[in-house]
Amino acid sequence: MRRDQHIHYLLHLADDSLILGHRNSEWTGHGPILEQDIALSNISLDLIGQARNLYQYAARLVNRERGMKEKVLPGVKVSGEVSEDTLAYFRDSRDYKNCLLVEQPNGDWGKTVLRQFLFSAFQFLLYDRLKQRDDQQVAAIAEKSIKEVAYHLRWSSEWVIRLGDGTAESHRRMRHALEDLWLFTGELFVAAPYEQELLAEGYGADLSSCRLPWEDTILETLARAGLFPPEDGTSNGSAHTGSAIMTRSRAGGKEGQHTEHLGYLLAEMQFLQRAYPGCEW
Amino acid sequence: MDYRIIEKEVRGLLETVCDPEIPVLSVIDLGIIRKIETETDSVVVALTPTYSGCPALEAIILDVYNTLRKAGYGNVQVRTELSPAWTTDWISEKGKDKLKAFGIAPPLPGQPVCHTRAFHEEEAIPCPRCNSYDTRLISRFGSTPCKALYQCRTCQEPFDYFKCH
Repeated sequence: MRRDQHIHYLLHLADDSLILGHRNSEWTGHGPILEQDIALSNISLDLIGQARNLYQYAARLVNRERGMKEKVLPGVKVSGEVSEDTLAYFRDSRDYKNCLLVEQPNGDWGKTVLRQFLFSAFQFLLYDRLKQRDDQQVAAIAEKSIKEVAYHLRWSSEWVIRLGDGTAESHRRMRHALEDLWLFTGELFVAAPYEQELLAEGYGADLSSCRLPWEDTILETLARAGLFPPEDGTSNGSAHTGSAIMTRSRAGGKEGQHTEHLGYLLAEMQFLQRAYPGCEW
Repeated sequence: MDYRIIEKEVRGLLETVCDPEIPVLSVIDLGIIRKIETETDSVVVALTPTYSGCPALEAIILDVYNTLRKAGYGNVQVRTELSPAWTTDWISEKGKDKLKAFGIAPPLPGQPVCHTRAFHEEEAIPCPRCNSYDTRLISRFGSTPCKALYQCRTCQEPFDYFKCH
């Protein structure tokens, strides 16, 4: 297995969790009621904790081999050993490998819980596969995290149903949120080149095997919420993927091609460490 | 030297290290101490986090380290282990009694894995104050990652429930 591909993959997993965790944390102090403010802040803690575990592992792999830092982190201008903080605070948008879904702006509460639901349903299936794999460190992180993700999935499902099947206004907002976010769900199941290469060697999760169970979860909850996935404009993808709801989708995040939103998020998240490198308090 | 005696002493010291968020529980009660390894003048403690992002973890690691150093151990290492993942089943019976006395409903036994199904309720959670089973879930998340918020319909008191995990 190529070490640099392995590190890219770990960064991809970590970035998904960190960026979604950061997005959710933007609600801290702004939640609609105190209990739900706390709920979303706790979900952020789980996600950022998962990201830390993955970054720490990735940092160890980077430091283990001479020249690896220059190879996988060419844009990082920090001297010395790489740490979890280097990976979070000193990489630019093009180095981030999170999928586009998690970087989408919070919008209203409905959009935030829908984003969480769409992602948690996927992350649950992903970690379920990773906890059985040969990479013991990733398996341990997945085994730990999946219990948290199960809770996120249940919480967000309940909100999707409550709002979708709520008032005319909440239903309208959920419908719009679904239209906004749906385009970004296809990317979850498309392997980036480093994932394809690793999978060919038996490492990582087969994303195509996640698609149908994900759709089952999503469609069941959306049906209870009185919501339907947006109409598919192209529909020619369904024949060969076996997917019932294949859509046009936008991708590129896993390879560093992000929507403009990520840059603003990083500017806020990274400002302090960029202005005062290594600052602690 | 009999290492079992040292391990027993270390375990005794760890009984005095409490979770900063739930000060009635020691790290032993909580079931997060996974390993104690001792050699002539060194001791290694492996602990496992309750939740990936639990903010108390760093404080606990520091407390464990300081407690053992103060007791005279020269070479102390505290490390974390993620697998096997912590479950509420590892909270000791004594710990569960302490939680209840503190006003936190202890986790129900045998529910270590949560359902992903929406609106799936756990078995009735008894009120830690009046023992009534007529209680309701207020929020799936409470004041710390490991707790949910309930209210007793009989005595009206809100209370924390140490949720299944």
